[in-house]
Amino acid sequence: MKSKTIKVDYLARVEGEGSLMIKLKGDQVVDVKLKIFEPPRFFEAFLRGRHYSEAPDITARICGICPIAYQMSAVHAMEHACGVVIDGPLRALRRLIYCGEWIESHTLHIYMLHAPDFLGYADVMQMAKDYPDHVRRGLQLKKIGNEIVRLIGGREIHPINVRVGGFYRVPTKHDLAPLAEQLKWAREAALETVRWTAQFPFPEFDADYEFVALRHPDEYPLNQGRLVSNKGLDVAVEEFDQHFVEHHVAYSNALHSTLKERGAYLVGPLARYNINFDKLSPIAQQAAREAGLGPSCRNPFRSIIVRSVETLYACDEALRLIEAYQMPDQPAVAIEPRAATGYGCTEAPRGILYHRYRLDDQGTILDAKIVPPTSQNQKMIEQDLWRLVPELMSFSDEKITWQCEQAIRNYDPCISCATHFLKLHIERE
Amino acid sequence: MASKRKPKLAVWKFASCDGCQLSLLDCEDELLSLVDAIEIAYFPEASRAMVKGPYDLSLVEGSITTPHDAERIHRIRRASKTLVTIGACATAGGIQALRNFKDVKEFVSIVYATPAYIETLNKSTPIADHVFVDFELRGCPINKSQLLEVISALLHGRKPNTPPHSVCIECKRRGVVCVMVAHGTPCLGPVTHAGCNALCPSYHRGCYGCFGPMETPNTNSLSAWWSRLGVGEADLVRVFRGFNAYAEPFRKESEAHEV
Ligand code: SF4
Ligand code: SF4
Repeated sequence: MKSKTIKVDYLARVEGEGSLMIKLKGDQVVDVKLKIFEPPRFFEAFLRGRHYSEAPDITARICGICPIAYQMSAVHAMEHACGVVIDGPLRALRRLIYCGEWIESHTLHIYMLHAPDFLGYADVMQMAKDYPDHVRRGLQLKKIGNEIVRLIGGREIHPINVRVGGFYRVPTKHDLAPLAEQLKWAREAALETVRWTAQFPFPEFDADYEFVALRHPDEYPLNQGRLVSNKGLDVAVEEFDQHFVEHHVAYSNALHSTLKERGAYLVGPLARYNINFDKLSPIAQQAAREAGLGPSCRNPFRSIIVRSVETLYACDEALRLIEAYQMPDQPAVAIEPRAATGYGCTEAPRGILYHRYRLDDQGTILDAKIVPPTSQNQKMIEQDLWRLVPELMSFSDEKITWQCEQAIRNYDPCISCATHFLKLHIERE
Repeated sequence: MASKRKPKLAVWKFASCDGCQLSLLDCEDELLSLVDAIEIAYFPEASRAMVKGPYDLSLVEGSITTPHDAERIHRIRRASKTLVTIGACATAGGIQALRNFKDVKEFVSIVYATPAYIETLNKSTPIADHVFVDFELRGCPINKSQLLEVISALLHGRKPNTPPHSVCIECKRRGVVCVMVAHGTPCLGPVTHAGCNALCPSYHRGCYGCFGPMETPNTNSLSAWWSRLGVGEADLVRVFRGFNAYAEPFRKESEAHEV
């Protein structure tokens, strides 16, 4: 029987370095390996011995594309350890800066990394020749996301203003006013984005995924909630380690995470949407319906529409937060470190991002565990490819390769995150 | 007449967070005019297209941490007319250089179940330890207007204008009140390379040195000032061991406080 191997040596338009290997025997897929060869950086090892207050600045450096997510999970975990709950305007500001990151990161992925796949271009620069207005709209929308992060955080990559307990300096209501004007435009642009991406050609492809996302009683999840799935998981963040487990596989520098009970699961926009459709604002729900999405969507290729809906939600939510904002009296609440373990999980643009730290009574980190979204999705990406490739057999190798890359980019994988390196749980029976 | 060939730009990645190369995509206002002026020949974070070298300008992000990367950087140097490192990882080894003060085997075993699967060097080193570097741009992350300045300067054959003085000078220029004098907040501004426009002090916090050491910094005197503010020896070690821990002045100063 004829056998062949499809290799993509360097996956383009994803963050970081990865490659893909698929082995076929006749029409049968016999092996799929998403290899992540991004060099290890050992964050969890060198966080040991650092002060709790350094965690937001240090863990931000795991990923330049979603530093806010790392800072948010870190501050929540540290506050949990120290027995502090941040509420009121400081909590609202955190939500606002996170909206900025969602807008920036989602728009980068939609316009610059994923749309070229659907329209048949190698990159956004080539796409701009035929779609100049669309690309300009995308760049402007992304810029507004960045401006929220910059105004609150100081700069768009690795912001300096986030700290355990709150911020170093908080904006006045007046400072935020110009953002509101821009966000009104952004909300329209995001709505146009939903309409635009809804017209892309999508392959018929869906599966009975297990989606995992945070769920909060009052809001579409960003910083807080319980870990919920569509297949019965419903636990507090503190119970993460009892249900999720990481595996170290020989061919990848990133650990694979699975649900102990059932195996692979999916995190990110598609999961959040399926678990929390009812919590989207009316304008976002309406746009989703018009785009042909129901309250549930199981085609990962359509995640680009879902990402656009979430961008619209984030613009709308940011506007609401700015309008309701009252400057807090203090930029941060006092923190008294104590010997304890703290847990934090927030919704990074790419899905749940879990942090756990054990501190001593001086606030020194004794150990750290960080599970980023991409390592959680790796196994599901491979499973998608197992299912997808047999349907592509009649196409040229080039087309198969393109479609596989596109299927990987559905997940917006961030390979730098996944290889910051995760601490492993070894189970011995 | 045939139009002049556009200069070819390549962007390479080693151990890093991608933040510095992302700065290029964050140039929302300039990106389209940039691609009018140069050919983006190799930039896998942004494009599937990969045009063969040689390249007029290579931007290199990230530090060298694996045997494979130690070889790859030589191939990149050979294919590049001008090579510029972007960010603290590429110019000083980055945050991952914290392994250089420890036993890397222990680090691997803290993180991995099967250490034998992992290939890594004992040290994370800057690009200039391996090949000749034409220009180093500081910062974790770099400042995007400085990046545009470097690209346009090098493409026009002039020297980039990125001043070597300290963050302190930037504070004075901006009229930011000194956080150390006014509030007793420890700050690395006096020894840190300019480039961020005194960002942290303008947010009422001390500088933590993400742009790395300025030219000829007096770290010793600064440590004495920090001690007077009540910062202990162990904390001084940590302060200098941040995103530029392996840059020589910071490394030496941290070692001086190790007990
Ligand atoms: S220098 Fe900082 S921002 Fe740049 S790649 Fe390294 S960690 Fe990321
Ligand atoms: S003040 Fe210091 S730590 Fe802050 S951004 Fe500037 S160089 Fe980096």
